Amino acid sequence: MREKLAGLWGRSGTKAVLASLISIVIGMVVGSIVILIVGMTNSSLGLKSAWEGICLVFGGMFSTGRNAAGSLTFGFNPTSVGNMLFRATPLILTGLSVSVAFKTGLFNIGAPGQYLIGTAATLYIALSIPTTSVPAGVVWILAFLGGILFAALWGAIPGMMKAFLNINEVLACIMTNWIAANLVTWFFDGSVLCNAVESGKTGYIYKTTFNGVETPKMGLDILFPGSQVNGGILIAIVLAILVYILMGKTTLGYELKACGSNRHAARYAGISDRRNIVLSMAIAGGLAGAAASLYYLSGNTEFFWSTYQSLPATGFNGIPVALLGVNNPIGVIFTGCFMSILNISGLQLTNLTAYNEYITDVIIATIVYLSAFFLLIRGLLSGRHKKTEKPAGGPAPTEEPKPVESTNPGEGSEKGGGEA
Amino acid sequence: MLHITKEFPGIIANDDITLQLRRGEIHALLGENGAGKSTLMSVLFGLYQPEAGEIRKNGEVVKINSPNDATALGIGMVHQHFKLIDVFTVLDNIILGAETTRLGFLQKKAAREKVLALSERYGMKVDLDAKIEDITVGMQQRVEILKMLYRDNEILIFDEPTAVLTPQEIDELMATMREFAKEGKSILFISHKLNEIMAVADRVSVLRKGKYIGTVETKDTDKQTLSNMMVGRPVQLEVVKAPAQPKETILHVENLVVPSKGHRKNAVNGVTFDARAGEIVCIAGIDGNGQTELIYGLTGLEKATGGTITLCGKDITHCTIRERGANMSHIPEDRHKHGLVLDFTLEQNMVLQKYREPRFQHMGIINGGAIRSYAQDLIQQYDVRSGQGPVTIARSMSGGNQQKAIIAREVDRDLPLIVAVQPTRGLDVGAIEYIHGQLVAERDRGKAVLLVSLELDEVMSLADRILVMYEGELVGELDPKKTNVQELGLYMAGAKRTNKEGASA
Repeated sequence: MREKLAGLWGRSGTKAVLASLISIVIGMVVGSIVILIVGMTNSSLGLKSAWEGICLVFGGMFSTGRNAAGSLTFGFNPTSVGNMLFRATPLILTGLSVSVAFKTGLFNIGAPGQYLIGTAATLYIALSIPTTSVPAGVVWILAFLGGILFAALWGAIPGMMKAFLNINEVLACIMTNWIAANLVTWFFDGSVLCNAVESGKTGYIYKTTFNGVETPKMGLDILFPGSQVNGGILIAIVLAILVYILMGKTTLGYELKACGSNRHAARYAGISDRRNIVLSMAIAGGLAGAAASLYYLSGNTEFFWSTYQSLPATGFNGIPVALLGVNNPIGVIFTGCFMSILNISGLQLTNLTAYNEYITDVIIATIVYLSAFFLLIRGLLSGRHKKTEKPAGGPAPTEEPKPVESTNPGEGSEKGGGEA
Repeated sequence: MLHITKEFPGIIANDDITLQLRRGEIHALLGENGAGKSTLMSVLFGLYQPEAGEIRKNGEVVKINSPNDATALGIGMVHQHFKLIDVFTVLDNIILGAETTRLGFLQKKAAREKVLALSERYGMKVDLDAKIEDITVGMQQRVEILKMLYRDNEILIFDEPTAVLTPQEIDELMATMREFAKEGKSILFISHKLNEIMAVADRVSVLRKGKYIGTVETKDTDKQTLSNMMVGRPVQLEVVKAPAQPKETILHVENLVVPSKGHRKNAVNGVTFDARAGEIVCIAGIDGNGQTELIYGLTGLEKATGGTITLCGKDITHCTIRERGANMSHIPEDRHKHGLVLDFTLEQNMVLQKYREPRFQHMGIINGGAIRSYAQDLIQQYDVRSGQGPVTIARSMSGGNQQKAIIAREVDRDLPLIVAVQPTRGLDVGAIEYIHGQLVAERDRGKAVLLVSLELDEVMSLADRILVMYEGELVGELDPKKTNVQELGLYMAGAKRTNKEGASA
């Protein structure tokens, strides 16, 4: 048993997961401290409400409101769980987008732009094909695939710049993000798709339900009544598993990873490095597009089309999701859900206490910062690991031990960016 | 250093090693890859802490916790991979960490004078204002040596200093080392090149698999004895091979032109030669005379701008790397850059070209089991040693075993032409013996072997035919049985050439 534990401890994956958990805990503790400080310094709040806030940060998912006596009650809350799954759907997919790129040595900071292009393509297809002549299900599939396709093409642009002109993909991605933001605004500006029916709504595109197109619930609404959940989460999970198989079990994944780790060796072995860089960014773009498609095809979301001044946070949040998930497609499912749990906690804070949901943004921000220190935390864990294992004699003999060289994805992206 | 023991998880890198270094002596530390030489030196330099044992200097016990402590004790080290900042000038690199300042301002003038005086005294020419990235590897090493001198170090550690140098630079380095010893500095010289050790060292200590084997005076020993001590069994230093029996032409290169990256001149200019089945053709020359580009042109890493390459009767001049790979296997010069994906496991590296074969995949889905058993076969057959077998990360393996893995992979492809570029660079005698044996065996199985080597000994002992390359052209074809190192050297230096076209050269 002990040996088993030591073996588990020795695996780099374990350390990575632990580092992620530490980041999360520190983030939540920082959030709690903020709540405490706000509570103590604000006269209308107090220690009691601060305590309630902290309870909600950690247990917001299971909050069921307040009882007659006015104190918080906790238990299984199907609505929250359903909403959590609904919000996790795009996060899982943008997380996958970033992690696929990471695995192939690229840093896809272009997910927001790909997400926007995916949104525009999906909405246009979903609202333009009349469901009176084409079955809504077919329109849904076309809109979903269209969103993926256009986002993939958009993602391929920085990929091509990297492959053929050796332009750093981070720079190209940031630029394509803003080009996408302006392009989408221009595309919808004055378009017939702008919501003109509901009064008081300006700057919004019709919901896809306007054309009778929405993601099927697949029975999840029975499981989690009163929530926004739909079959999108199942599609996201299936995609995550497909990505897992693609990267781990196929020749294509092998090629992509080989190019990512050592472009020269891959080329020398006869693998086309350029094709694979473009392909990797296209897959990443397609996943970000799928995130957008599933979010806006749900039928209960609407798109604010004036995007030229802001980029969708869902795209950027893919980065911490991928980092916390150690770039493992299956891990990303969980970290995507976790990010969305924080979201729900934020909502509960707003609903039930005097605090507002921005507290959870503090937590997310802290975690994002910490995931940048990921390498450090992992290094610290490795250091401890070495010390504890020395007397026992570990299970991992190497011929000529060197100081632990971490293969952090961030490092990989630096390498990718560094070659000129 | 007395009774030094250093353990790593699962392995004892240094087991009770005692090493004594006298003042004014050049002491060589000899051992195979992974014998624990570098670990021992890292302990001395304060990078690792030993589990047992003590270090004494001038009879006093000292505790070296960090490289700073080592520097304070006058211990300096030239690492195998230089620790220089590429974008800094030579002078900045030398004074880095030991800057003289006044009121927080650098006093570069005094430093410059001191460095100039040092470089003059030892005849080590460097351009103090050049950036590291712009100077040659040999000069970078001189910078590293000046760094130690600038800090007035008395004990100088050289970790495999000759691995990256040309023969001329090695001679210069040897002279400099002797100079240092004459002045009373003590030198620890890590190497597995027996020639150099015999030429420069006073005493040799041998390590094997982390254990101390013994110390001998170089004047009382010879290369054979040393290599036996190092490997633990009698080693064949000379290559044994029957005369070549060349058959049909496998590779025909006609007027090949490959452009140069940095210069306007062509790196390879009108090269014509053949390689036949059952012979080892060796391309000799001083580094940088177009050998690398010639191989790039052959293997498709670089596009040829002129001439034709015919392999097994098929014109491959414009083929992709993969198409060329159908008849050519390649042991690349830079095993870290082109040979291996270092972050991949050993088994993943073993199938770097083969993963598409039907036995390893079905409809694009990789058959992990088949790869595992294939890798295990190769590991066993070619004796590739690693910590965790097929799942070892390539980066964690020793250089010799990395090279063995590449050789295993390439030889097992079983193709008519084997291109091997400096296949024994940086390896110890045991591994060299093995690789030479493999190449000869492949030749005897009817393969054509094209070998590029900078080491004259290797060229002379392995080749059936020597082609000398100088400034991008083949200047001579020699028979190793009828020539000698001196004549070869003249060709390599461009002082002599056989005139094929009869043009004035």
